[in-house]
Amino acid sequence: MNSKLKKTLTPYGYLLPTLILMTILLVIPIIMVIRYSLYDNVIANKNPAFVGLANYVTVLSDHDFWNAIGHTLFFVIISIIAHMLIGMTFALILNTRYLGARTKGIFRAVYALPWMFTASVIAITWRMVLDPNGVLNYILMTLHITSEKITFLASRDIALQSVTLINIWSGYPFYMISILAGLQGISPDLYEAAALDGADAIHSFTGVTIPQLKPILISLIMLDFVWTLQQFALIWMTTGGGPVNATETVSTWIYKQGFTKFQYSMASTGAVILLIVCTIIGILYVRQQRAEA
Amino acid sequence: MIGQKKLWVKILIVVILILGAIWAGFPVVWMISNSFKTNAEIFELPPRLITENFSFTAYAKIFQNPEQVRFFINSYIISGIVVILTLFIGIMAAYAFSRFEFKGKSVINTVIVAVQAVPPITLLIPYLSLIVSLKLFNTFGALVLTYLVFTLPYCILMVTGYLNTMPKDLDEAVMIDGGSRWTALWKILIPSAIPGLISVGMYTFMQAWNEYLFALTLTKTNDMRTVPVGINLLMGQHAYEWNQMMAMSVLGSLPILVLFLFFQKYFIAGMTAGAVK
Repeated sequence: MNSKLKKTLTPYGYLLPTLILMTILLVIPIIMVIRYSLYDNVIANKNPAFVGLANYVTVLSDHDFWNAIGHTLFFVIISIIAHMLIGMTFALILNTRYLGARTKGIFRAVYALPWMFTASVIAITWRMVLDPNGVLNYILMTLHITSEKITFLASRDIALQSVTLINIWSGYPFYMISILAGLQGISPDLYEAAALDGADAIHSFTGVTIPQLKPILISLIMLDFVWTLQQFALIWMTTGGGPVNATETVSTWIYKQGFTKFQYSMASTGAVILLIVCTIIGILYVRQQRAEA
Repeated sequence: MIGQKKLWVKILIVVILILGAIWAGFPVVWMISNSFKTNAEIFELPPRLITENFSFTAYAKIFQNPEQVRFFINSYIISGIVVILTLFIGIMAAYAFSRFEFKGKSVINTVIVAVQAVPPITLLIPYLSLIVSLKLFNTFGALVLTYLVFTLPYCILMVTGYLNTMPKDLDEAVMIDGGSRWTALWKILIPSAIPGLISVGMYTFMQAWNEYLFALTLTKTNDMRTVPVGINLLMGQHAYEWNQMMAMSVLGSLPILVLFLFFQKYFIAGMTAGAVK
């Protein structure tokens, strides 16, 4: 009896540290943040009043919040498309038979470079490159592409595009490396069969490569969607959401509500909305992974 | 005709190769180049890669400034502790998932997979009150504990995968010889999973080394700041010391670059495991 009990308890023993940690630092905080979103002016007020869904009504009718959602969608969708195109192009090139193993190795390392840098390094480096007096403006003016200095990060018209460009740079290597791994896993027999059927390069790409890579591509898009949706550091350190909200995304909106305006209830409400969206994508991701396995 | 087509393809490949290398590499080259310049030369026209004042002065200034050296020490300590704890706790959990059937297994497993989709900013506000009430605000503990939530899931899932490929007979053989499950795990199973653990450890190190949001909000004084926050602080304090900021960026990226250079294979295996099966 005793040894049977011990046997039942053994797996929980191994899981104990994980369970304690996840309960205190995941389950409880999620309950807390949901609770905060249902109360009026939490943390700042010692006895906050329960207000039901009133905060959600306020947030969802806030013009700035919808603006932030619009910017976030632009940022996320353009980033994903560009990541996919650049990642796919580089992966295909690194997989051609025209290049030697050594050349491939060198270029793979060069193309993977943006992966090695943390957001603050990326932010500061690009701020320098994109500076009105910086090197990119010099190149553009020397080539007569533009006649006056472009304030990439300080102009309301192009700040969002500039921040998106920086995010594209920092995020495509993950696609490239994953797609490359996927390409190397495709059996050459499939291409031979396609060639025997008279398929040219384009047809073997659409008929063999894309269908074979499909599960990887779907995983990449979902992971990237979740990651880009919550991107905070890069935006915060390049524009801080400005100029005048031009690059405000959902995450900088939440951060400002909490840490510059001290409206913790509003911040929590925004956070819960973001969490719901990410959870839905997360569930789809898990389902897709299970369907493959 | 076919020969011509091939030539055309080759030219296209070379052009894309070069343009791609400029796109990927130029900001990095520019960062390194500017770390060796004097501050006045950084925005000089026309820009030059190497100037006659090439020097390590900016690096020397960082090493002479105890406050900035501290950012690096903090980052190494925190990332190191996070890697060790993640591997230790994660391996134990993975062993439970790999070797036992128990009540709640699939629920706990789903939660662990789902954590990867939870945006850190969602937990930030509750963390602030939680960390303050646990009296951990502005300590390494605050960062180590909160980082573990985001590093553990990947570790558990990966190590469960490795352990699943090892026959259960191995554990039983150890237990027949009078050993315990604990010794079977750490003496027999783990040593043969080392290559996989290197991948996991590197990925974990990178997550901890790069983390910005929690480091920004859960610490307050400069002696507790990590490299990502420290670099940005430099921006505020010395708005015009670009060469020092670039030198600090180079130094802050060095650990990851070195890891990548020496363990490229493990690195790539670890990073792509999520998307490629």
